[in-house]
Amino acid sequence: MVSAILPLVLEDVELRRQGKRILGPVSLTLEGEGITVVMGPNGAGKTSLLRAMHGLERINRGRAVWQGGAEDVRARQAFVFQTPVLMRRSVLDCIAYPLILDGVARRDARARGEAAAEEVGLHVTLSAPVSVLSGGERQKMALARALIRAPEVLFLDEPCANLDLHSTAEIERVLTAARDRGTRIVMSTHNVGQARRLADDILFLFDGRLIETGSGDAFFAGPGTPEARAHINGDLLP
Amino acid sequence: MNDIVEGLWQAARLVVTLDPGLAEITLRSLQVTVTATVIASAIGLPMGAWIAVNRFRLRRFAIAILNALMGLPPVVVGLIVYVLLSRSGPLGVLGLLFTPTAMIIAQVIIITPIIASISHQAIRELWADYHDLLISLHATRAQRIKTLLWDGRRALMTASLAGFGRAIGEVGAIMIVGGNIDHATRVLTTAIALETGKGDFGLALALGFVLIALAIAVNLALHMLSGTERGSRW
Repeated sequence: MVSAILPLVLEDVELRRQGKRILGPVSLTLEGEGITVVMGPNGAGKTSLLRAMHGLERINRGRAVWQGGAEDVRARQAFVFQTPVLMRRSVLDCIAYPLILDGVARRDARARGEAAAEEVGLHVTLSAPVSVLSGGERQKMALARALIRAPEVLFLDEPCANLDLHSTAEIERVLTAARDRGTRIVMSTHNVGQARRLADDILFLFDGRLIETGSGDAFFAGPGTPEARAHINGDLLP
Repeated sequence: MNDIVEGLWQAARLVVTLDPGLAEITLRSLQVTVTATVIASAIGLPMGAWIAVNRFRLRRFAIAILNALMGLPPVVVGLIVYVLLSRSGPLGVLGLLFTPTAMIIAQVIIITPIIASISHQAIRELWADYHDLLISLHATRAQRIKTLLWDGRRALMTASLAGFGRAIGEVGAIMIVGGNIDHATRVLTTAIALETGKGDFGLALALGFVLIALAIAVNLALHMLSGTERGSRW
């Protein structure tokens, strides 16, 4: 599957909040396939960059342009938030919710919701309230909800933060499978090991600026900036 | 103390013997109040949700007015509705004065701000939780409001019940626009006022106890039907 909404071009994108610059100016082009991992220390602007790409943040300067500028461009994307949004519904209804918005009949939406839960390895009572799920299960629920529309581009903000190794491995399995089906994935992570395992490309941010980009292999073999090198090595940055 | 005991005793006797007069005014109370609550909920719940979800000029002003209207004096509402519906008023041709419809209109005006304000508060908190998700999923404005109303239905039921509670106990406005006419517009609260005026405290208290029992019964029935406690897990 080749996305019809890519490439996404960011031209000198800058975000400011309460007079303070939190991102940018950032220019980049997102195209092709695979997994792009956004790395950087806390406050570097990873979440802001993902949200700006997805259209959740008001851009103060510059612009983000998707291919074709289609009206439904956001409907062809999905976003998994670091803290999953728990709707006051059952697990199954939470997963099937995007399809309900699309006008899919409730019975069909729920059947596809069950399949999506199976796909991400969410083996819980689907009729239970979503609030009873553990942290890892909530993240899987959010992933199933994001994947149920078969998005062309999937954004994930720290999808494995606070998860144990088993849950992390399961989520990485789902992401790898989605990538193999042609879903373009852009995700942020603090986990250097996870970035090594998943990244086809790296975007490294520092102090709101994109200071290094390149293939995952090249980045980890020889980072070009002292900040990236320190981040990979786990050194304390000033 | 004797009056209270006698009132309780008389209330029990009226209920047990299914007193026709009591049944009539109780049913009219329910009919007027439930109708007013349904209409006010149909207006107030979407209004509260709309204000919570949308950003517009004068939004803060609108919220302040809504909150202020929660304390609307019923007597003043009754007076305004009376003037509007009186023979010489702009709506006099409808001939609604001293009918249950006039009482419903007055109650709707009194409780709509209460329902809208409480629902606005509940939906605003839910909207803060759902905002990013609904924007991300490309939900239309109508879909957002529908989702918030559905997922916040238990809090919204509380808003409607608050409106019901205010309406069932209301006396000033409906006395003015209804006239407390026997077999026509007499309800529990106006009957209580009448009996108190006549000095029949026992009967007035009996009607009061029936009114309280009615309000509790409606609340309990709605909570049981909606499974509030079962659903409180989410």
